[in-house]
Amino acid sequence: MSILIDENTKVVVQGITGHDGSFHTRGMREYGTQVVAGVTPGKGGLDLEGVPVFNTVAEAVRETGANASVIYVRAPFAPDAIREAAHAGIELVVAISEGIPALEMARVLREVTPLGTRVVGPNSPGLISPGKCKIGIMPGAIHAPGKIGVVSRSGTLTYEMVWQLSQHGLGQSTCIGIGGDPIIGTCFLDVLRLFKDDPDTEGVVLIGEIGGSAEEEAAAYISQEMRKPAIGFIAGRTAPPGKRMGHAGAIISQGRGTADEKVRALEAAGIAVARVPAEVGPLMKQALGAA
Amino acid sequence: MNVHEYQAKEIFGRHGIHVLEGRVVRTAAEARQAAAALGGPVVVKAQVHTGGRGKAGGIKLASGPEEAEAKATDILKLSIKGFPVRKLLVTPAVEIEHEYYVGAILDREDGLPLMMVSGEGGIDIEEVAAKTPEKIHKLHFDPDHGLRAFQARELAHKIEPNGRQALGIATLLVKLSKAFLAAGASLAEINPLVRCADGTFLALDAKLNLDDSEVALRKDLEALRDPDGSGGHTDKAREFGLSYIPLEGDIGCVVNGAGLAMATMDLVKHFGGDPANFLDIGGSSSPAKVVAALEILTADKHVRVILFNIFGGITRCDHVAEGIVAALEQTHIELPIVVRLTGTNEGRGREILEESGAAIFAGTMEEAVQKAVALAAGTEVKG
Repeated sequence: MSILIDENTKVVVQGITGHDGSFHTRGMREYGTQVVAGVTPGKGGLDLEGVPVFNTVAEAVRETGANASVIYVRAPFAPDAIREAAHAGIELVVAISEGIPALEMARVLREVTPLGTRVVGPNSPGLISPGKCKIGIMPGAIHAPGKIGVVSRSGTLTYEMVWQLSQHGLGQSTCIGIGGDPIIGTCFLDVLRLFKDDPDTEGVVLIGEIGGSAEEEAAAYISQEMRKPAIGFIAGRTAPPGKRMGHAGAIISQGRGTADEKVRALEAAGIAVARVPAEVGPLMKQALGAA
Repeated sequence: MNVHEYQAKEIFGRHGIHVLEGRVVRTAAEARQAAAALGGPVVVKAQVHTGGRGKAGGIKLASGPEEAEAKATDILKLSIKGFPVRKLLVTPAVEIEHEYYVGAILDREDGLPLMMVSGEGGIDIEEVAAKTPEKIHKLHFDPDHGLRAFQARELAHKIEPNGRQALGIATLLVKLSKAFLAAGASLAEINPLVRCADGTFLALDAKLNLDDSEVALRKDLEALRDPDGSGGHTDKAREFGLSYIPLEGDIGCVVNGAGLAMATMDLVKHFGGDPANFLDIGGSSSPAKVVAALEILTADKHVRVILFNIFGGITRCDHVAEGIVAALEQTHIELPIVVRLTGTNEGRGREILEESGAAIFAGTMEEAVQKAVALAAGTEVKG
């Protein structure tokens, strides 16, 4: 099994006729993803290498039964694209678009969450259940089907980690990039809950970064709720003190958000933290052996 | 993006927040004229993109034009946390009865804007927050409408016992929340907000941090950018869509993706080296971006080795290789270049570089970093 997406997921690509949209549609189809429809306003009726293009998401859903959407629309139009997908009844919206203003994203989430839509991203590389379905921009070939769940705030650093895991013979159930923006739809905690209940996920790799306190919250959840081994990695240990957001930033973070703080929180929760990327595979093997 | 105090005050002023009339000047002589025009004692304030100006000697009281000129001369010589002072704000000095803290911020954990207030504002607000967090009061507000009047009153009554004065603060809080939303800001802060002897409230200082994504979509906000604010290479990096932060070390890093870039810097340190910078060439790479990155790094005279760590997804390894070759054709680079390329079009990228003989290859991130660290140390011995 896997979480959120599998071989039955039917994907509609929003912005399919654009440069990125058409390129990655090809990549997703080559991987075996069921791309059933594309949407570009004003270009309905086109056929893109066998994928029918519609003017609206509602129409695409009606005609093809799409239940997941991926958004390659540029930032100024991406918030509307997310809203459109949610109002058309799409359950999972994966927002690849980067550069959406954070306040606007806060408004979008407040609107679409009550509609029962889960948003992954924005500024996300997407997610992949190896061997079954890929929604996003990650290189499919570095992944291998298996039992490790990967959740990350990063893009290319996730590829690095997945590549290392695959080389150690540790395949993945699902890998999710939750996105690097301040306001995102699906957070570490949401993904951890899903991995916890997925019988085929036996271990979890959590890749964090400096800033915010999502890793600390994840650590608390893992120590209280999860019975599966977890390995952590935090990027930015040697980064210079980040651009502080004035006094208010310091006040709201209350000293949280540094790499050291996050490593301490994870280790206090009994999660082994890899010092270098190459340690992730061996640590996971060790943890699985002990579990 | 940060904007200066005088710009933040203009924006707050447009939303009906009371700010002092001020003059922005670039020379001591202009400071003298400004003081004469304003009349009475004035405050001369450095306009730089960093906090702690007061403690660094960047804010001075002057009794009149002559003293204003002298203080301006001193302040214009300063560099505060690496930011040279090029502009000053001259404003009338006021009698202060009380200092409050008020600030709006986007709370990333809850995904909503948050208003924070305290009855104990001023330069020690962070200490107040750390030692007596109960003296900071917070309320989330609606990202479409701003702080509601009843919410504003709830907060204001917590920091001001006098009912009439509390209502004055409440009115201001609603205006601040609207200014925050209109600017699409990540932070809008007044510290201190002061109560003057005549009972009016005044934004004595103003801080506004803009969301870079919002700035990219709006010309009115882009116009607030200070061309002197950051420095040449950072501007060049922005022009090419690179994210660049110069540091002290000697290993120049070029990486795709912020997370991998940070992890690469961490690994350089882990193996005993010192990164010269953070540089993320972003997702969709082009050879031109790589040329720009190499120009920026080679302009840094501390750099002894250049380290590429590329994990191709959208970024194509052949584009990166073409950029390296193009940069070497355009400019003479003597520094060793260590390259790790994995992912999209990796084979083609390697071929291009092998043909030109331009780089030292590494199969993994660990190997690349170790080679770069050894090379940096080696050159040091020779030099």
